[in-house]
Amino acid sequence: MRKLALSDEILMQVEKPARYIGGEVNSVMKEKNAVQVRFAMCFPDVYEIGMSHLGIQIIYDMLNQFEDVWCERVYSPWVDLDKIMREEKIPLFALESQDPIKEFDFLGITLQYEMCYTNVLQVLELSGIPLLSQQRDGDDPIVIGGGPCSYNPEPICDFFDIFYIGEGETRYRELLGLYKSCKENGQGRKEFLKMAARIPGMYVPSLYEVTYHEDGTIDQRIPLEEGIPETIQKELVGDVSHTYYPQKPVVPFLKVTQDRVVLEIQRGCIRGCRFCQAGQLYRPVRERDLETLKTWAVEMLKNTGHEEISLSSLSSSDYSQLPELLGFLITHCGKRNINISLPSLRIDAFSLDVMNKVQDVKKSSLTFAPEAGSQRLRDVINKGLTQEDILTGARLAFEGGWTRVKLYFMLGLPMETEEDIKGIGELCNKIAALFYETVPKEKRTGRVQIVASTSFFIPKPFTPFQWAGQCTREEFLDKAYSTRAAIAGQLNQKSIKYNWHEADASVLEGVLARGDRRLNQVIQKAYEKGCLFDAWSEYYKNGLWLESFAQCGIDPDFYTTRTRPDTETFPWDFLDCGVKKEHLLAQWHKAKEESTTPNCREKCSGCGASRFRTGVCLEGRKGLA
Amino acid sequence: MKVRIKFSKYGPVKFIGHLDVMRYFQKAIRRAEIDIAYSEGFSPHPVMSFASPLSVGHTSQGEYFDIEANSFTSEEDLLQRLQGAMVEGFTVSAVKLLPEGEGNAMASVAAASYFAAFKKNLELPEKWQESLQAFYQHSYIPVTKKTKKGEKEINLKESIYDLEIRENMFTDRDSHLEEGVYMLLNASSGGNIKPGFVLACFFNTLGYVLPERGLSIHRIDTYKNLGNETNRKLAPLIWEK
Repeated sequence: MRKLALSDEILMQVEKPARYIGGEVNSVMKEKNAVQVRFAMCFPDVYEIGMSHLGIQIIYDMLNQFEDVWCERVYSPWVDLDKIMREEKIPLFALESQDPIKEFDFLGITLQYEMCYTNVLQVLELSGIPLLSQQRDGDDPIVIGGGPCSYNPEPICDFFDIFYIGEGETRYRELLGLYKSCKENGQGRKEFLKMAARIPGMYVPSLYEVTYHEDGTIDQRIPLEEGIPETIQKELVGDVSHTYYPQKPVVPFLKVTQDRVVLEIQRGCIRGCRFCQAGQLYRPVRERDLETLKTWAVEMLKNTGHEEISLSSLSSSDYSQLPELLGFLITHCGKRNINISLPSLRIDAFSLDVMNKVQDVKKSSLTFAPEAGSQRLRDVINKGLTQEDILTGARLAFEGGWTRVKLYFMLGLPMETEEDIKGIGELCNKIAALFYETVPKEKRTGRVQIVASTSFFIPKPFTPFQWAGQCTREEFLDKAYSTRAAIAGQLNQKSIKYNWHEADASVLEGVLARGDRRLNQVIQKAYEKGCLFDAWSEYYKNGLWLESFAQCGIDPDFYTTRTRPDTETFPWDFLDCGVKKEHLLAQWHKAKEESTTPNCREKCSGCGASRFRTGVCLEGRKGLA
Repeated sequence: MKVRIKFSKYGPVKFIGHLDVMRYFQKAIRRAEIDIAYSEGFSPHPVMSFASPLSVGHTSQGEYFDIEANSFTSEEDLLQRLQGAMVEGFTVSAVKLLPEGEGNAMASVAAASYFAAFKKNLELPEKWQESLQAFYQHSYIPVTKKTKKGEKEINLKESIYDLEIRENMFTDRDSHLEEGVYMLLNASSGGNIKPGFVLACFFNTLGYVLPERGLSIHRIDTYKNLGNETNRKLAPLIWEK
């Protein structure tokens, strides 16, 4: 039987000890002496969050298909265990073997949001791995980062040996092969990293130097080695129907956030919403083959025993064979009492019909994401959703028995005015009024419930808004108060509930998102002062962050509030996600002109992603050379 | 038709709480493709009834739950299929098709037997063994029991059906617990008594505070009462006549 790294005494003291025991259904055990490479895959947050992430399940499954590799999982110990591990000097361990991470060859860390950066340092420190790449030696695992935040890795580049830029399915075999041959030939860590930097998609930050202008912006990036690329192009899976996908995902004992089968139906998005980073990073959109998806769904449900399946993509309504796929799932799942969950569906007659079949109308709510309160501002952000779309969808829904509507907006978008904020209140009111208009009195079972939520807009790298200034904390809060007032002034205000996010954490997220190498020291200082689990509002310590910036002599506003000139070199410009900077700049100018851009299926906007020669870029033009 | 399943829980999975064990078996039943019945309504759930929740940290070789099945192959077939869907730490040890009219597992529970071993680092009072035997000889042991509604005074003795000190206990997983106390206790829904509580009450009489995590507790079996209130006739929930 497996022996646990933690004693019974410790496990009985901590909240949810099942976070730390491994041994879940479909977790992979191997004989450690029979493999050549041991890989620890980490999501730097608590188990229930990390276990809900599809990307790790894909990489875990792929690496474990390699006979010479054993991939295990590790997550951030929660604050209670963190304290005990420090006091008792217990090294962080992987869930499967329960062996210390320090004994592994690789520590892979997925970077899904900026607010996990102090948790990265926690994982390194508890593992006994030096925080800084330059202080590591042959005994330490190679620390490799990936995921969306690796598209601006500079604020955390001192802590990583390698960043893998792009989709994980393509280059791990090559990288691990190189590692094995280096080990066999007695080549050390430094030689391995130098050679790894020549594999497409691999960024080895220590092999580049950055110089700055006097005003603090970037002057040059200088490769310190012969033969390593100046720009690094993202990796991408050309054929998403014939690639790795876990047919036996790990089934946690604990109820995790995503306690269901996740079927990723496509990658990328045809809609060029100008605030959205994912919509640019994962271009071009690539659909999975319908028959493949059917087989995977059946297989995964059988192998996990989950009672729910969820479709995953950035915009499921754009999947061209959605009716066929849903028809199949409704039949298959209906017989087996399996629920179907449908996030990111555009509300129209088709989706309402499907939702009517798979959900309890009385209990479920409709979700719209207009993102902005006026058509003008929706044009600025290129959100192709009109007031008419929303009202038509809502009317159909009210006729179908729905009474709850959720609306998502962003505050602090570029070019936003007071009028746009008022528009949020007005739109909510119109929807409420529509309910009373549509549903006759005798059919009403109570008041309509409208919940409007706003988040604060944070400009992200590789979006047309990467040049935009971000609001200050005070501006954010003023906008939230204006929104509240705008809603309170409506006739149907009693039917509308308003939620908004905290502003401090949004400011920090903005700094980290568009930061440069100088932020490494700030993050380390904040961590040393006690910042951890920054993504959890109850643990977020804004005061310590502000102290850390001050002590490092770094002004956070430099990274947020400045509107950048068109000519500025950004910290992430050396990465190439396929979409050209000229395209993003043109989109930034179009945004300022309130001019929209059609989606990829309507008309190619020439973003640059067609060079990957796959997905939507090839649809309907087979003659393309 | 109603089918009763007996299972063991040991090793690392002892840290999985009762609700998560229930979820684990719901998923295992799906993986094993057992033809379980679902409740009516918009979000149907599989019809299952667990006998008696096991505290986190305890191991057991006497856990039970009932399922309502739409069809039935054989006890052996069900056992094989369900066992095939287990992970290390859970073993399905018996499956029994229940006769018509048998009460469900949860309502049937009358008692449970335990072995409680002391952790190595404890410095127990001298000759506690003799004191424990004397303690058990009393016909009236007043204790205060915490309930959902507050505290109430009970006679603990009425809930202890058997108690003895044993040198060794071999569980069904060949793991070996050294010296400890065997107890057969009331486990009915109204009068459940935890083995740790009994020993804590006992050591209190010696002026010794038993540390909260001073015991390793193993449930041996769970019983129903084939007799009546005054004349108990306890039998395991799966019982061969």
